[in-house]
Amino acid sequence: MDILPILATLRRHKVILWLLMLEIALSCAIVCNGVFLIVQRMQHMDMPSGIAEHELVQIQQAPIASPPDRYARAQEDLATLRQIPGVQAVGMTNQLPFGGYSSNGNVMLSPTQPHRTLSAAEYFGENLIPAFGLHLLSGRTFEPDDYVNAGIVIKSLADGSGRGFPMPTIISEALAERLWPGQSPLGKMLWLAPKASFRVVGVVATLARANAYKTATAQYSLIAPLRMGADKDQSYLIRTQPDDRQRVMAAAVAALKRADPTRVITHARTYDQVRSDYFKDDHAMAGMLVSVILAVLLVTGLGIVGLASFWVAQRRKQIGIRRALGATRADILRYFQTENFLIVTFGIVIGMLLAYGLSLWLMMHYELPRLPLFYLPVGALALWAIGQMAVLGPALRAAAVPPVVATRSV
Amino acid sequence: MFGYYLDLALRSLRRSPGLTALMVLSIGVGVALAMSTWTMVHLMERDPIPQKSAQLFVPTVDMWGPAAHAKATRGDDPPVLLDYGTAEALLHDQRAKFQSANYWIAPTVVPDKAGLHPFNVSGFAVTGEFFPMLGLPFQYGAGWSNADDKDRAQVVVIGQQLNNKVFGGGDSVGKTLQLDGRNYQVVGVLKEWNPQPVYYDVPAFGGFMIQPVEVILPFNTAVAAEIPSNGTAYAGCFKNPEQPGFEGYVHSNCAFISYIVQLDSPAAVQRYHTYLTSFAQQRFTWPPNVRLFGLMAWLDYLQAVPSGVQILQFVGIGLLIVCLVDTIGLMLAKFLRRSGEIGVRRALGAPRHSIYAQFMTEGALIGVTGGVLGIVLTWFAIAWLRSVYPSTWSALAQVDVKLLALTLAVAIVATLLAALYPTWRAAHVQPAWQIKSN
Repeated sequence: MDILPILATLRRHKVILWLLMLEIALSCAIVCNGVFLIVQRMQHMDMPSGIAEHELVQIQQAPIASPPDRYARAQEDLATLRQIPGVQAVGMTNQLPFGGYSSNGNVMLSPTQPHRTLSAAEYFGENLIPAFGLHLLSGRTFEPDDYVNAGIVIKSLADGSGRGFPMPTIISEALAERLWPGQSPLGKMLWLAPKASFRVVGVVATLARANAYKTATAQYSLIAPLRMGADKDQSYLIRTQPDDRQRVMAAAVAALKRADPTRVITHARTYDQVRSDYFKDDHAMAGMLVSVILAVLLVTGLGIVGLASFWVAQRRKQIGIRRALGATRADILRYFQTENFLIVTFGIVIGMLLAYGLSLWLMMHYELPRLPLFYLPVGALALWAIGQMAVLGPALRAAAVPPVVATRSV
Repeated sequence: MFGYYLDLALRSLRRSPGLTALMVLSIGVGVALAMSTWTMVHLMERDPIPQKSAQLFVPTVDMWGPAAHAKATRGDDPPVLLDYGTAEALLHDQRAKFQSANYWIAPTVVPDKAGLHPFNVSGFAVTGEFFPMLGLPFQYGAGWSNADDKDRAQVVVIGQQLNNKVFGGGDSVGKTLQLDGRNYQVVGVLKEWNPQPVYYDVPAFGGFMIQPVEVILPFNTAVAAEIPSNGTAYAGCFKNPEQPGFEGYVHSNCAFISYIVQLDSPAAVQRYHTYLTSFAQQRFTWPPNVRLFGLMAWLDYLQAVPSGVQILQFVGIGLLIVCLVDTIGLMLAKFLRRSGEIGVRRALGAPRHSIYAQFMTEGALIGVTGGVLGIVLTWFAIAWLRSVYPSTWSALAQVDVKLLALTLAVAIVATLLAALYPTWRAAHVQPAWQIKSN
């Protein structure tokens, strides 16, 4: 392709050339950093929970007056829920991954340790492995004998008798790897308080915390087999077929209300709802970033269309002469396409430097990671594509200029 | 003359509708997105209580000691919340003009009204001085006294919505509200009050909470009734509570209480700081480690405005700059296309400044049109934000006359700036050369 004549022409339109390049460079910088920010948000939103997300329903209730026996009430409720047709498993938990409300414990590796080793989510409840649909990697799941009434544990901790301990626990792989790197965690001991000892009996692949602020610690979780009382901090979990969730949820709410008409159902939602509630801020942010980036690309495209049209209109006579001298329509088309490619390429080169500078500035001010280099070609590809699409219309119009224009005076 | 230029501008814009549409669209989109992101950030960053923020301070006290610093994310800084023991001791000393210990609660209301099911409400446990300190607007009644705080009086201040829902509106002072199975006497009904960010208890949920504040209970009463703290965003325990339940939580070192004080003069601030230091010295075995934040510094310290939102504003401004560069290019193309016409006008005696006036008029016209489009798009953008993400900070964004006027003004000023260079080029067209070449 004849690049030199194109460069020679561009040299005569320095101002417009610079404006175009500046515009492309700015878009490139915004698009590269913007896409990076969006991808970061999406990765955060995609954080795995480790549970069968599309099969779960959460129901949270609050009794108005405490029932005489909260533990018996919980067992009755679980039995009621189990009876609903279509229910595959029923469980009870004090928290949900990304549920917002979190319960965390200070994990220690010896009872006399002065400071905690780390903080981990403590999942207390019943039948959680099948109800959550957790993937057991090694060891065993909880047996019916493992379960202890939370009331007994509370009492035992209060009077220091140590009854109910050590308790079996199932921990997440991330926690196991952090506490005992490279060793089998099965049979190892950990403490949540000097008197509260736990023996690891199983490891699950993934189980995220309720408040996963940091990716690094988001998967530190442990499960203890506790029978909880029916109160407003506990949630009933129902696992069912994805298509059945709405029906089962309505049936479950109705059944619970029948069992105790005075109670308040504070939450009845699918797990998908739990997750989208938790990440709504990130979602809003990603949505706004996407719209701004689309707008940047649109505006850049419009600018290229406008200026290319202007150039085509200005050069009708020259195009006619070239056509008269034997240039084909394809030659003219390719001339404008190449010209656009060159301008966009210059713009991208400046834009990449700008993008990197912007990223460094953002890093300094907003604790963001550095822009990974592979985002630069992403921005470049987007702009090349926009440029070629934008120039196509004006270039086709240029190619349609008949040679006879050369013989007419304007 | 202006009428003539306006006529010329209109004709010129009509002559090339495509180019005109591109310019208007570019300015409209740029201004709309820049303004909607700006207004978002501006609303979140503004002073939530401008008449008072200079007198409001938040003390923090290191009640965990140097042993806790290893795990802290903020180095040696004290925790951002207080445990019950520390808050209670500070309240007892009463060293500020007004002080309040606050925590977020979400009790269940059991209405008397037939056919109304029990439901959860959001609110706060505070001391009686909270009301005069932050100037809460009352529709009926008032807050409670310090004696009520001490006696754990069973009183409650309720919000307007709750009043309408449970009591059917009106003056409900003296009526009884059942919360979590206990009865409280209504002493006050608030007017609309839900400042954002929730500056009096930022750590509870990181700054912004869209749910209305419906119940306000006396701090001591709520603790005695074991109404648990609902906030978890920053709450933490240095050591796990030795006893279970809320009772154990209250008597542990678990931090869940926000503290806010009013100090009217620099001398009072100085005195309070000295008091805090000696308070920590007497109470703890380690060297005193206390801070006293001004309210705005406190919001900044806790990054109440998420950093992502601030970046959004820069992205919006970046977009506006791209749009302006775009407009400069398009105007240059448009104006220079008319070099012949300019040459004729100049040759017929038009001075250079009339060319300036003519083209700046055209620029202003484009700006006004772009601004009007920008207003429409801003309106849509904010309506979209509010409808798609109703329960998060984006619901704060509001369309008001000020914003729309500002949008129009920004569009016009920006377009005139963009028009400067193309107009300068147009005014410097050589008449002789243009006439000859044609």
